[in-house]
Amino acid sequence: MSILTSMQLLPLIGALIVGFLPASNAKLVKQVALGFSLLVTLASIVMALGFDRNNSALQFTEVRTWISAFNINYAVGIDGMALVLILMTTILVPIVFLAGWNESENGRWNVKVFYILLLILETMMIGVFSATDVFLFYVIFEAMLIPVYFLIGGYGSGDRAAAAMKFLLYSLFGGLLMLAAVIGLYIISTNQGGATFDIARLSELTIDSTTQNWLFLGFFIAFAIKAPLWPFHTWLPTAAKSATAGTSTLLLGVLDKVGTYGMIRFCMSFFPDATKTFTPIIITLAVISILYGAFLAIGQKDINSLIAFTSISHFGFITLGIFALTSQSLTGAIFYMVNHGFSTAALFLTAGWMIKRRGSSQIADFGGLQRVAPVLAWSFFLAGMSALALPGLSSFVSEFLVLLGSYAKYPVAAILGTLGIILAALYVLLAVQRAIHGETPASSAGISDLNLREKIAIAPVIAVLVFLGFYPKPALEVINPTTQTIMTNAGVSDPVAKVGK
Amino acid sequence: MLTAPKLDYALLAPILVILGAALIGVLVEAFIKQAWRARMQLVIALGAIVVSFNLLVRVRNQGSSIAAVTSVSIDGAGMFLQGAVLIFAFLGILVIADQDNFVPQASALPGSAEEAAAIQAGKQQTEVFPLTLFAVAGMMLFPVATDFITLFVALEVLSLPLYLMAGLSRRRRLLSQEAALKYFLLGAYSSAFFLFGAALLYGYSGTISLNGLTDAIRGSGGNDVFLLLGITFLSVGLLFKVGAVPFHSWTPDVYQGAPTPITGFMAAATKAAAFGATLRIFYLGLDAAQTSWKPFIAVISVITMIVGSIAAISQRDMKRMLAYSSIAHAGFILTAIVSLNENALSAALFYLFAYGVATIGAFAIVTMVRDSAGEVSDVNRWVGLGKKSPLVASVFSLFLLSFAGIPLTSGFVGKFSIFSAAYESGNITLVVVGVLSSAIAVFFYLRVILMLFFADATNDSISVVIPSVLTRISISICAIFTILLGIAPSLLFDIAQDFAYFLR
Repeated sequence: MSILTSMQLLPLIGALIVGFLPASNAKLVKQVALGFSLLVTLASIVMALGFDRNNSALQFTEVRTWISAFNINYAVGIDGMALVLILMTTILVPIVFLAGWNESENGRWNVKVFYILLLILETMMIGVFSATDVFLFYVIFEAMLIPVYFLIGGYGSGDRAAAAMKFLLYSLFGGLLMLAAVIGLYIISTNQGGATFDIARLSELTIDSTTQNWLFLGFFIAFAIKAPLWPFHTWLPTAAKSATAGTSTLLLGVLDKVGTYGMIRFCMSFFPDATKTFTPIIITLAVISILYGAFLAIGQKDINSLIAFTSISHFGFITLGIFALTSQSLTGAIFYMVNHGFSTAALFLTAGWMIKRRGSSQIADFGGLQRVAPVLAWSFFLAGMSALALPGLSSFVSEFLVLLGSYAKYPVAAILGTLGIILAALYVLLAVQRAIHGETPASSAGISDLNLREKIAIAPVIAVLVFLGFYPKPALEVINPTTQTIMTNAGVSDPVAKVGK
Repeated sequence: MLTAPKLDYALLAPILVILGAALIGVLVEAFIKQAWRARMQLVIALGAIVVSFNLLVRVRNQGSSIAAVTSVSIDGAGMFLQGAVLIFAFLGILVIADQDNFVPQASALPGSAEEAAAIQAGKQQTEVFPLTLFAVAGMMLFPVATDFITLFVALEVLSLPLYLMAGLSRRRRLLSQEAALKYFLLGAYSSAFFLFGAALLYGYSGTISLNGLTDAIRGSGGNDVFLLLGITFLSVGLLFKVGAVPFHSWTPDVYQGAPTPITGFMAAATKAAAFGATLRIFYLGLDAAQTSWKPFIAVISVITMIVGSIAAISQRDMKRMLAYSSIAHAGFILTAIVSLNENALSAALFYLFAYGVATIGAFAIVTMVRDSAGEVSDVNRWVGLGKKSPLVASVFSLFLLSFAGIPLTSGFVGKFSIFSAAYESGNITLVVVGVLSSAIAVFFYLRVILMLFFADATNDSISVVIPSVLTRISISICAIFTILLGIAPSLLFDIAQDFAYFLR
């Protein structure tokens, strides 16, 4: 059994055990859930240490027959890109548990259900990044919407039911389009010497260009809704506003990455010609996303909506990096996916604590936070700095790589993208200034600083952001071979020299 | 000279056992005293189903499939559907056994003194059991019949008891009787269409057997006005039974008015039987004339999917909503007829089973949600059920997710297989329409889940009755099938593939 399989089983076993615990003992439930998520983290670190970074082939593979009638397998395996995304996931989950220790208590159902849903979600998040069978990927891609739906609808705030419904409808719509494309791909493989869902074998198919375009769109729209790219983004702000901080972290930090991950893994390698055909349009959409997200972020009064719109802007950067089709921008985009995960986590978690303490999510209700709660205030500040890609923090490295790489092919897009950075400075600094500097209004005077649990939760996130900011080499070394493989598969070459370390 | 036809009783035994048990049931109703009746009927019905299933399993590998000259041919697909009908009947009867859903004395006029007296005396007639068995026998014959006369007889044997059963509801009796009458009248029309089509085809080919029809089409080239008219009329009759648009208008009324356990059984088993016959007629009898009927069925399939999904959105009654959902599902299964390949056949078999099981389970749950006046089928009053009885609401949601085709439920595998067969046959438009109407359908399934879980209860008078043990068993089996076939579909899909053939 591959370690990937055991990592998927662990949270499931955890969920099962939590299911048998008494609901009245909320503390025990939380401890068991946290324990299992830490075990998974440990397993993923062991796996990362055993990962051969010079080997560009899939590692830790396992294949078992699942549905023989369609030659569907339970097939897992990871390359560098999947590795860093899985690591991000497994590190974020226990942090979310710890940070949102009490957020499950205001829900519609008891604490147990919350942790069962989250643990099931963790299994699926690991599964979705490690699946090397398109059918398996699709099944997890769709099935993971259900726990999120219940997490938003059952434990969120405000108009949570409507937000959950909107999220699910958008995602399912995209998913169904993708289903048609998956079926198309399967039938083409059947006609070309053997039905298969294996990603590697599907990439070798020869598909005529019209079909390629349609199938590409089927996959791409699903991923663009997930990612979310303008104009498919409208579900995100409502979902982020209603979900708990922990759910938002996982939703934007991890689940939405499945969209950009899918663009790289499926769109580019299955349909190289269509990728080139659609690149100009997608680059345009990406640039619109960057600017649109940034402009709207400036005008937001609600912290969670602000973070949601900054994410739309950042996903624009990631998409730009992917479809600029240079190895620098692609490496940058993959690295950006990881950094965005941690940076969003920092933002949502600190914002969540602020909102909980103040009882309001309006930025205008805060002020002078640094006087009363310095650790909280400066954590929020650092998270904000990471969002605007301050040099020295990891997001800077990735944003720089994306812009550098895309400038070589699409100078106009890169320049417009740079405008996004300037706008980022504006929306972050405005929010930071309003929230943590200035006079402390009487209503905020009673806000307490972070307790030990919360400090332990936020510390690793900030540590990762700073560490990878100064020393991105370990991550880039893992990502680079993957980038090369993807570029070769997609049949594109670099206009510029290889990435420096 | 007339010779007696050779009958293979081993192959016919499963049907004969059910018919025999139905006759015994009638006698029980007449001669056994009231107190024992219900229990005896239940034992007889379930026992007959088990025996029949057993016999069916025993003949599955028999070399010859010709059971009765050119009239009945027990081949793979036929056997699979017979097995499916028997399983549906078993699950259905477990729910039907809860006699609280049925009128004490069907012959009494609604609201009459006679009815009041019957209720007062605690009378409870149990004719529903033999009626169900008669219907089951018809449903088992329908998908294996290979000439038009036998097909018609089977169609009537399965339909007539259903017309009666639709009128047996204990509460809202007028609605129930209206449903029964509507079903009967429209059913009679459709039978006439079927018969008329069969007559025209006889006029065209000079034979009533499907094999003879195929030979005639091959001989003449398949472009004759009688043939086309015959196909059209025959299709109308069949499409009525499967509930395809525009022949669907009876479905919501009948589903709503019939006693809910009957609705569940009818929706699952009739669909399996009717699609079984439809598949056989088109795959076997009319295969050679496919160019003339394929566009017609494709159009029907498209509008059925779209109309079913869109109309379901505006429904405020749970049973009507499920009725429209069943119409949409009929559209999905119709794509398998247009695909006309072996994969489509196995996909349709799997789909019919997965859909049937989830349907029986879903309607069984509808029987449990009640207020003081009986069942509550108004969707808006289901609000907050998730809070009151989380288990019931979760299982109901499971069935809805399966209808919606969410992965890890049986419905998803069914949808995937049926769409991939359609894609394989080159009907990409059908796949796209199917996928889009699934997206529409998802909306109303989710809206129900949303109401169950995320809305606060406004009305406290509804409650979930504690189901009888039998209903509980039935729902549990349905739920287990739905999950199991979603996670490990090979368990059934391999069987469906082995059985996906029609023999001439």
